[in-house]
Amino acid sequence: MIFHDILIVGGGLAGLRAAIAAAEKKADVAIVTRLYPVRSHSGQAQGGVNAALANNPNAADDTPEKHGFDTVKGSDFLADQETSIFMTQEAPEVIFEIEHWGCPFSRTPEGKIAQRPFGGAGYPRTCYGSDKTGHYMLQTLYEQTVKHNIKVYSEWVVVALARDVDTCCGLVALDMKSGQLQAMGANAVIFATGGSARIYGNSTNGITSTAFGVAMPYWAGVPLKDMEFIQFHPTSLFPSNILMTEGCRGEGGTLINKDGERFMTKYAPKAMELGPRDIVARSIMTEILEGRGFEDSYVYLDLRHLGKAKIMERLPGIREITLDFIGLDPIEKPIPIQPGTHYCMGGIDTDVNGATILPGFYAAGECSCVSVHGANRLGGNSLLDTLVFGKMAGKMAGDYVKDKPKQPRTNALERALKKEEDNFSQMQKGGGNENPHKINNELRKLMPEKAGIYRGEKLMTDGLAQIKALQERLKKARPVASGRSFNFDKLWFLEIKGNLDVAEVVMAGGLARKESRGSHFRRDFPTRDDANFLKHTLATYSPEGPKFSYKPASITKYQPEERKY
Amino acid sequence: MTEFKILRYDQDKDQEPYFQTYTFDSPKGMTVLEGLIYIFENIDPTLSFRSMCRAAVCGSCAMHINGLYNLSCRTQIDKYDGKIELRPLAHLPIIKDLVVDLEPFFEQYKKVMPYLIPKEEPPKKEYIQSEKERKKVDPWVDCILCAACYGSCPVEATDPKYLGPAALMKALRFIDDSRDGKGKERLAFVASDFGVFRCHTIFNCQKVCPKTLDPTLAIAKLKMKAFFG
Repeated sequence: MIFHDILIVGGGLAGLRAAIAAAEKKADVAIVTRLYPVRSHSGQAQGGVNAALANNPNAADDTPEKHGFDTVKGSDFLADQETSIFMTQEAPEVIFEIEHWGCPFSRTPEGKIAQRPFGGAGYPRTCYGSDKTGHYMLQTLYEQTVKHNIKVYSEWVVVALARDVDTCCGLVALDMKSGQLQAMGANAVIFATGGSARIYGNSTNGITSTAFGVAMPYWAGVPLKDMEFIQFHPTSLFPSNILMTEGCRGEGGTLINKDGERFMTKYAPKAMELGPRDIVARSIMTEILEGRGFEDSYVYLDLRHLGKAKIMERLPGIREITLDFIGLDPIEKPIPIQPGTHYCMGGIDTDVNGATILPGFYAAGECSCVSVHGANRLGGNSLLDTLVFGKMAGKMAGDYVKDKPKQPRTNALERALKKEEDNFSQMQKGGGNENPHKINNELRKLMPEKAGIYRGEKLMTDGLAQIKALQERLKKARPVASGRSFNFDKLWFLEIKGNLDVAEVVMAGGLARKESRGSHFRRDFPTRDDANFLKHTLATYSPEGPKFSYKPASITKYQPEERKY
Repeated sequence: MTEFKILRYDQDKDQEPYFQTYTFDSPKGMTVLEGLIYIFENIDPTLSFRSMCRAAVCGSCAMHINGLYNLSCRTQIDKYDGKIELRPLAHLPIIKDLVVDLEPFFEQYKKVMPYLIPKEEPPKKEYIQSEKERKKVDPWVDCILCAACYGSCPVEATDPKYLGPAALMKALRFIDDSRDGKGKERLAFVASDFGVFRCHTIFNCQKVCPKTLDPTLAIAKLKMKAFFG
């Protein structure tokens, strides 16, 4: 039976960073990923990664503390303050590390890492490599895993956690090539499976950013935290919702409505287009809903005044995308954009070490919720999160496995494997002729409508009922392809089950939170309610639906105040 | 009606690959990848193909589209008037339909020491690298390892040990990096058997690269460096 000290699930930035940290602790570590590591969604990050390096002449007095404050204020005060400050203090070190490993950041005239302004930040502190920062970081970390000779199980899809009484002892994975389910033993498992934004139809995320990664621990009894907080990125390309980096606005791009008006003057007169994402996305949506958008669907992101040279140097990837996908050159024409579902602030409930309530089970990156993003993440803080907490989880898991016996807990693993084999054969026996993809597409259509930028009691009650109905319909669906190798039909069936259950958590959590905070905006409760809701939502799985409990947000340094930008 | 003619193969039941044709209505602006997803979700769930970002940055969906290697996500169906013919990447064993075994491609990549080997102990902060030095690696660092170049390279057809355009360009990416200290060893390796001198300068890799990079130029530069130092 396969055994490693530590199994890391996911080959994006958080997973690779965790693997390197664990390898440096001399642990026998392996990565299990449903893709090849370089394909991961992290590579789609464009604009950059935040660290108070003070390299930009306009940021000479920037400090990690100021970065910490911006993060907490951006989070609408839901982020845990000590953890956020920890992240911003670690930021320079993790950036220098990845630079030392060869990450090709853009440079200042002095040869330092270049930094640009980003939304909700008091200083230009977003380190960037052109507009391909995620791609450069992902390649760099993958290169380091090659250097460390870390074993990668590419295109192995984890389908369940394995538990031995009260600890995590490994997992069960489907090897896409052989079509075999395999038990994999480990003393620690780190989930770094990324976000779930594909439960929304209008998502900027890649196709595999489904909720399956957070659904597995949820089904295994690990709570999900703050799932109702879903970030809508202000600028995604119309109509495909491909991301148009915040760097576009950081470099000076403007937002224009149908009347040619630079409408952010009304919503964030000081910060303008560089307000935090929740506020800018709501502003764009308001313009569209009030009839000042184009075709009732989009507004313009105008880069033309930046000039050809700057666009070619700082935003070449954006130009490639608009040319490839809508045949438009942003040097000559403004880009049609609309908000797109981008990021999950919530996730698997972890502490600052990446540990969960299940001993031996850790999580890091977008699938986790530490919480450093609270109710609204700042642009440039997600890549930082992957580096800081990926490294932390790898280190902590490395320490945790040190004295553990180096052998698989065979009985528990065989039980887990048997259970999944039974699930798989059960799944294919299901009756009915429902098409699971239709169900998934209906879910993805309803989510932006019922739990989108503007929410309310009626919308979300409807939404919840619809999700329940879809869950019932999925019972009448089954994968029909019976082939062994690369049977994506089987895989998608599982993904869709995860999507539905996690969408239910998002919807029900949003219903229960009767206030507006960060990305969660309710027309029926349009203000923040610190007296009742300055707390984290915890959702625990039950067959009837999520059970909610709450725990207070940690407020140590900064008292909540009104957010003005 | 849009027509997709797709090379299919299942090692468990097919003696050899065969073409299967699907027809459906495609809205304007639909990409080849979206067409594949439509077929998978609505017509034939047994069809296998890789995909991820649908934004031309992850490199999952490189395939042979109407005679050229490209990413299916960045190819519009309209470009070929609704008649699409798809085959998997060449020079790599087919596992299932459009899914090929990428291990040989990544094995070549791993051979070129694809990681920075710094020439000095790292400073406390970042290495100082001038804008000019940074520009030197610019033409090489955007590679997404999609293997379109590998599939298009006729040298790979006759010589599977040839390192190939992507791996060689990766080597140059580090040779040209002011922070790297192993340029000589890297050059010696790429100049050895199965390295740059196997390239016949056929320009296919340059022609197909979906990121419009120029591996042919990278290989030419490596040849010059290997020859003249």
